[in-house]
Amino acid sequence: MESWRNAKALFAGVGFPPAAWLLVFFVVPLGVVWLYSFGTNTSLTEIEISGTFSNYARALDPLYLGILWKSVLVAAATTVICIVVGFPVALAIVFAPDRWKPWMLLAIMLPFWTNLLIRTYALIAVLRREGYANQAIGWLHDSLGALAPLVGLPQPGAYEPMELLYNNFAVIFGLVYVHLPFMVLPLYAALDKLDKSLIEASLDLGAGHLRTLLLIVAPLAAPGIVSGVIITFVPALGAYLTPDLLGGPDSQMIANVIERQFKRANDWPFGAALSFILMYATFIAIAFQAMKNRQAEARQ
Amino acid sequence: MNAVTTQTTLAALRQSIGRRSLLQGLGVAAVGISFGGLAACSGGSGGTASTGEEATLNFYNWDTYIGETTLDDFAESSGITVNMSLFATNDELFAKLRAGNAGYDVIVPSNDFVERMIQANLIQELDQSKIPNMANVDPTFIDVAYDPGRKYSMPYTWLALGIGYRKSAVSARPDSWKVLFDSPEYAGKIALLSEAGDVIRLGAKYLGHSVNEITPEIIAEVEAMMIRQKPNIRTFHEDNGQDLLLSGEVDLVLEYNGDIAQIMTEDDDIDFVIPGEGSQLNSDNLCIPVGAPHPLNAHMFINNLLDAEVGKKITETILYPTPNAAAKALMPDDYKNNPVIFPPADLLAKCEYASYNAELQPLYEEAFTRIRAA
Repeated sequence: MESWRNAKALFAGVGFPPAAWLLVFFVVPLGVVWLYSFGTNTSLTEIEISGTFSNYARALDPLYLGILWKSVLVAAATTVICIVVGFPVALAIVFAPDRWKPWMLLAIMLPFWTNLLIRTYALIAVLRREGYANQAIGWLHDSLGALAPLVGLPQPGAYEPMELLYNNFAVIFGLVYVHLPFMVLPLYAALDKLDKSLIEASLDLGAGHLRTLLLIVAPLAAPGIVSGVIITFVPALGAYLTPDLLGGPDSQMIANVIERQFKRANDWPFGAALSFILMYATFIAIAFQAMKNRQAEARQ
Repeated sequence: MNAVTTQTTLAALRQSIGRRSLLQGLGVAAVGISFGGLAACSGGSGGTASTGEEATLNFYNWDTYIGETTLDDFAESSGITVNMSLFATNDELFAKLRAGNAGYDVIVPSNDFVERMIQANLIQELDQSKIPNMANVDPTFIDVAYDPGRKYSMPYTWLALGIGYRKSAVSARPDSWKVLFDSPEYAGKIALLSEAGDVIRLGAKYLGHSVNEITPEIIAEVEAMMIRQKPNIRTFHEDNGQDLLLSGEVDLVLEYNGDIAQIMTEDDDIDFVIPGEGSQLNSDNLCIPVGAPHPLNAHMFINNLLDAEVGKKITETILYPTPNAAAKALMPDDYKNNPVIFPPADLLAKCEYASYNAELQPLYEEAFTRIRAA
């Protein structure tokens, strides 16, 4: 095969547009925001880049660190639930008959065709006090309750709807619902390449299903799991619509605080500093993944 | 029973798509769209209007905030085509104009943002001789604190914050802010507006201070009170309090009178009260941003919107309280005499417009962040 070094013009021709795009629409705006994080508000509309670190100092206040920590916990819980739910789903698709696979993958991707906001409003309709979830459970409660006297049990009281919305449960539920496809797809990609004879060998040699799953399948699917974790955890960490719409009085996440700095508080430098703290955390997570990958390659 | 519930859910979903709620979430997307949209549609109409300017006008408005035929009627009478684009929050409007006017001629900021935009030199003085219909405006809306003598803005609508509540769920008429801010009586049945400034100012009002005489000490006092009250609060809503009330999610909400008046037509069990301590008024205003490409058309358009007949048609559609006395006179009695849309004068006398204070705004936000993190 010819090396790209022999086709420099072609390479430059193909490579230039995306590189320019990335530079103009990603690196430059991000650089401007980065500069803002060292700035001070001089009037309602002007920011002076004064090189101050005071925005970062304020962002490291226990108040904001506490919110950041809480966001990390929420994002981590979301990621763990996504793995636990997503792994069996990915396995099911891998072992499904070939003609079903495209349809199952389509079903996983279908939610992407609807705007996140609409999906979140739909969740409100499901979870609210008189929503579909409470209606369904209430119906079960009433119909089973009506049967209770027949088997000699006392008739239960009226159904009291559960508070499913406007709390941290609703936020994590909403985040899992939104991010599950991001976990299933890389897991599927990793598991699909797996040599199935290894699983058969493990089962033949006497390992149980769970043991096979944990000792054979999971380590081989590790790169997929790591990618899935990163692309679930990072956006969940920056989520702001879900906590805004589904959360209760204490469900704010760091992105909600950042949003308020850019809008209501009109304090762009502080908002920029908070965003960059989040960004540094993200970079560290990605660097960690790259390191893991390199280790994995070195082992092979 | 099921059919009724489904209907309520549908009504609730429809209600939630109000002026300040759905678009707000889509805000990011909307910014992108209207950037390109404006450039695309401004070149279209070519001809010259009676003002001597190109026969076109770019109007930047809230969603569902104009009469059904208002723009067409104006185009017919003046020959000027109006391109309307929409914003969802004052912050969005401010953030966009702060980067330079992209070609808007008429905008509709709320009172505190009128002040803020005057301070930031983003809106221009109006030529009142070109707006004779200013005579239709109720005199109490002319000399307002945020724009004395109406040099920069013309009033379009006004609103008052108060308590929307479910009559069957309260023991007595909730005519004090105490039920929302300082009492466990309705624990878990309360939703407050997710606006730092409004919540802190109304908390101060409850404690006996004017909304415009707030000090950092008062903010700290209100913050402590709200942190005590937080376990009783179900959620901070994104100006969709009427939806939460209608769907039975909560029994008391901090909301605007116009929003509650809309759902009262669907549910007899809902009412609205302005607490006896007084409240905060808001008003949306027509302004011309600095750098507007068609200032003469803009004056003509603002004058047209203040016309009695035009104002009546707008009010019929949006059902907000109108500051236009001549338009109000043309409205049916059930609007004019609605105590929710037009609260009693003695209560209104205790209400104030909150002025914009650049020093306090970050303190409000930080206090609110602490309340929510507590």
